[in-house]
Amino acid sequence: MADATRDIATAPEQAALVPPVDVLEDRTGITLYADLPGVSKERLNVHIEGDVLVIEAEMGLEMPKDMEATHIEVNLPRYRRVFTLSKDLDPGRMQAELKQGVLKLHIDKVERARPKRIEISSG
Amino acid sequence: MDYSLFPRDLFAELDRLQRQVQQAFEFSPSIRGFTRGGFPALNVASTPQSAEIYAFAPGLDPASIHVQLERGVLSISGDRQVQHGDASVHVRERFAGRFHRVVALSDDLDADQVRANYRDGVLHVSIQRQQAAQPRRIQVN
Repeated sequence: MADATRDIATAPEQAALVPPVDVLEDRTGITLYADLPGVSKERLNVHIEGDVLVIEAEMGLEMPKDMEATHIEVNLPRYRRVFTLSKDLDPGRMQAELKQGVLKLHIDKVERARPKRIEISSG
Repeated sequence: MDYSLFPRDLFAELDRLQRQVQQAFEFSPSIRGFTRGGFPALNVASTPQSAEIYAFAPGLDPASIHVQLERGVLSISGDRQVQHGDASVHVRERFAGRFHRVVALSDDLDADQVRANYRDGVLHVSIQRQQAAQPRRIQVN
């Protein structure tokens, strides 16, 4: 992701919501969708530390000043979720797209990890 | 509950477990079901001039969200299509399908003064209170 997002420091010890995700796989790689409602591009930070994928984001909701909450289901303003990547994925080839609060992340498989059918000989 | 061998976050499982426990112990849930854990998640707040409702409903087309206010009851409904083609699925946690959530609000709201705005996957509905219901300072002579 863009370097401008680096200053969003959501320390691991800070309480955060765990966004629900869908993880899919096809020949080309892994696609991850994460629900991050309330997050704009500027407040999203996706990065890789070693073989760990970290998704951190903060909500930027505009709220009236003299507001008093009467029913709260979303009680934290940030998200955090971490995944361990496997060796067949190439963290250098990752595309991220954020649209209406849904992050779509595609990580390519390394070239040699593309499926190769193993011949079974009979005899 | 679905399990998978893909490495994942333990906290997600705890979160789900907590939700299930919460649902099991709610003594008198609303007739429309459990108040928490539904889609979209709702935050409701009030100001002296208005009621503010935030629905956390990411990935929708704003035109497809149905918002209705009738007799102080706000209903939000729609259909969330999640299509994954023929890729194999390792984890599926996101909500998919039709949804409908209802919030009972106070009686002093003006059904003609409603603003709804969808941004970054959050639907924000702001409903003004009727003029007569707004606090007014009374002059003491």
